[in-house]
Amino acid sequence: MDWFYTFPHMNDDMLRDLKKTIDEGFRGFTRSYGDVIESLFTPLQHFLISAERFMLKTPWPIITLLILAIAYAATRSLRIVAGCLVTLLLIGYFDMWEDTMRTVSMIFVCTVLSIVIGLPIGILMARSNRMQRIVNPILDVMQTMPSFVYLIPVVMLLGIGKVPGLIAVVIYAIPPMIRLTDLGIRLVDKDVLEAADAFGADNRQKLFKVQLPLALPTIMAGINQTIMMALAMVVIASMIGVQGLGQPVLKAIANQYFTLGIFNGMAIVGIAIMFDRVSQAYGKRLQKHREIAHG
Amino acid sequence: MADHAFGGIRIRNLYKIFGSNPGAYVEAVRNGLTKTELNVKYGHVLGLRDINIDMPSGSIQVIMGLSGSGKSTLIRHINRLIDPTAGEVLVDGTDVVKMSETELRTFRRQETAMVFQKFALLPHRTVLDNTVFGLELQGVGRAQRIDTAMRWLERVGLKGFEQKYPNQLSGGMQQRVGLARALANDAPVLLMDEAYSALDPLIRTDMQTVLLDLQKEIRKTIVFITHDLDEALRLGDQIAILRDGEVIQQGTSQDIVLRPADDYVANFVKEVNRGRVVHVEAVMTPLAPGNGAPHGPTIAAGVTIEEAVRLLASAPEGDITVVDATGKPLGRVTFRQLAGAMVNAQETGHRAVA
Ligand SMILES: Nc1ncnc2c1ncn2[C@@H]1O[C@H](COP(=O)(O)OP(=O)(O)OP(=O)(O)O)[C@@H](O)[C@H]1O
Ligand SMILES: [Mg+2]
Repeated sequence: MDWFYTFPHMNDDMLRDLKKTIDEGFRGFTRSYGDVIESLFTPLQHFLISAERFMLKTPWPIITLLILAIAYAATRSLRIVAGCLVTLLLIGYFDMWEDTMRTVSMIFVCTVLSIVIGLPIGILMARSNRMQRIVNPILDVMQTMPSFVYLIPVVMLLGIGKVPGLIAVVIYAIPPMIRLTDLGIRLVDKDVLEAADAFGADNRQKLFKVQLPLALPTIMAGINQTIMMALAMVVIASMIGVQGLGQPVLKAIANQYFTLGIFNGMAIVGIAIMFDRVSQAYGKRLQKHREIAHG
Repeated sequence: MADHAFGGIRIRNLYKIFGSNPGAYVEAVRNGLTKTELNVKYGHVLGLRDINIDMPSGSIQVIMGLSGSGKSTLIRHINRLIDPTAGEVLVDGTDVVKMSETELRTFRRQETAMVFQKFALLPHRTVLDNTVFGLELQGVGRAQRIDTAMRWLERVGLKGFEQKYPNQLSGGMQQRVGLARALANDAPVLLMDEAYSALDPLIRTDMQTVLLDLQKEIRKTIVFITHDLDEALRLGDQIAILRDGEVIQQGTSQDIVLRPADDYVANFVKEVNRGRVVHVEAVMTPLAPGNGAPHGPTIAAGVTIEEAVRLLASAPEGDITVVDATGKPLGRVTFRQLAGAMVNAQETGHRAVA
């Protein structure tokens, strides 16, 4: 009756060997291909570094004006612009400007990357049910797997640093981008699509003139969620060497510096709210003429 | 296109069965399997059965029938938004069914344009940008397509609304955009699937007038779907009546009103205002050919009874002579006959048959 009380498991030696084999296999793979893979990511590293350099080297008043101008262009709302200004001034006054700029540049690169990768995948998913059946479970795994776990292979492959951190953040943050692109395209009004067909649109024309524009508000919601999730990863990413607001928080946890933790935490919240309001207001503005027409 | 006259649309032995394996049941349907049997026994839906219609170039063909009779299915075969299970759809002599994907796309861009019941405008585009849509797909240059679009927008009465968005317009105006978008394509075939069904009655009559006025100029081959008999009679040069996927009667409005093929059609035409449909020839007493010159008041053949009554209300009692275009007398009609025809369906029918 022994099997009844303890789950009959694989024998210990076999299990150890299995883990060892996989680990060694992966290590071997890393040894032989790590450099190649790392070099594949050099353009990404350059992108990341130049974004960060731009944010840090540009004098703060110019960056502030730039952010406010973008916020205004996207929202046309002075209230939101004023909110952004106050947030930025407070962050600067409490001496968190540099870390904030690092985090913002990381989030920016991560968002761009998520769009560049996520949009085509979302489009393919919307076009084929089979693709959707394949991709969906992968996205489920990406979203539910504790983020620390996939830090391991990333670090093994690429070591500690900005790029592995960025990759970890993108893996965590990209699913909503993909899902909402897929959803947005699938929700496009069948009648309008039929009209495009009737006027002789080819697949490309349908995609760019009908499906993407009509799905844009939904895609925008995906971008918004991607940004929020990337911000949520800031602290975890700092564990593998991503600089920015996450690192002081990490230090604060290790040394029990309560105020340091709170300040940097608040700064993260501040930029999160900023990004959220701006991208949501922009999404709303896109919606303006798109409600189902009356008649 | 320029120096060759458009050859019209011919539909030949067209069958459409919806389901997972439609090909397997065409033979059975040809041999008389009914829509209900097909559905109950084999789980397939009969969309269309043995449709044969000739739509001459430059005329308005109305297709009428109750909901679910297969009207939308039929019109979508003309630009092959739906693939048939069997049969031919010849547009200007070319079988649409046999076209490759590229040929079909070119065909849709150049030979057909469509107007939809729910308008199907692009909500993120302005009225002007919606109107240029078809031309844009064809790759027409920007300046030229805006030029064309502006002309048609003005023609359908939307001048000044170019920069509005569809959701800022009423239903009637949105459908004007739909019409302008279709006309801007300058295709010989215009397909209109219940284009006016979503509009309220006044706007609807308005839009019918717009279409009839335009048609005098553009002379397209128009396929117009409706479930409204008054609309059908007003617009249709030819009318085909569909029930359960079958054509049960085709002909001019006169044919339909005066000689309904069965109870289904008779029911349709029961409430119709005959005075506006039936021509005087249908009620007159024909003269033997070569029967002398007309005396007394005359009226031209092809005039409706209602118009005849209006024209003759002040004429003296007695016979009126119906004359053809050359002034040759065709028959005689009395005021009593005209009045009778307007109110009494039966009598008109008998006379017409007699
Ligand atoms: N894709 C489809 N699959 C199965 N059955 C279909 C499909 N499309 C249409 N049908 C069936 O074909 C028949 C004709 O439909 P259709 O839409 O052509 O009717 P309609 O005359 O246009 O009606 P309405 O006035 O409601 O628009 C109906 O019985 C409908 O259920
Ligand atoms: Mg229909």
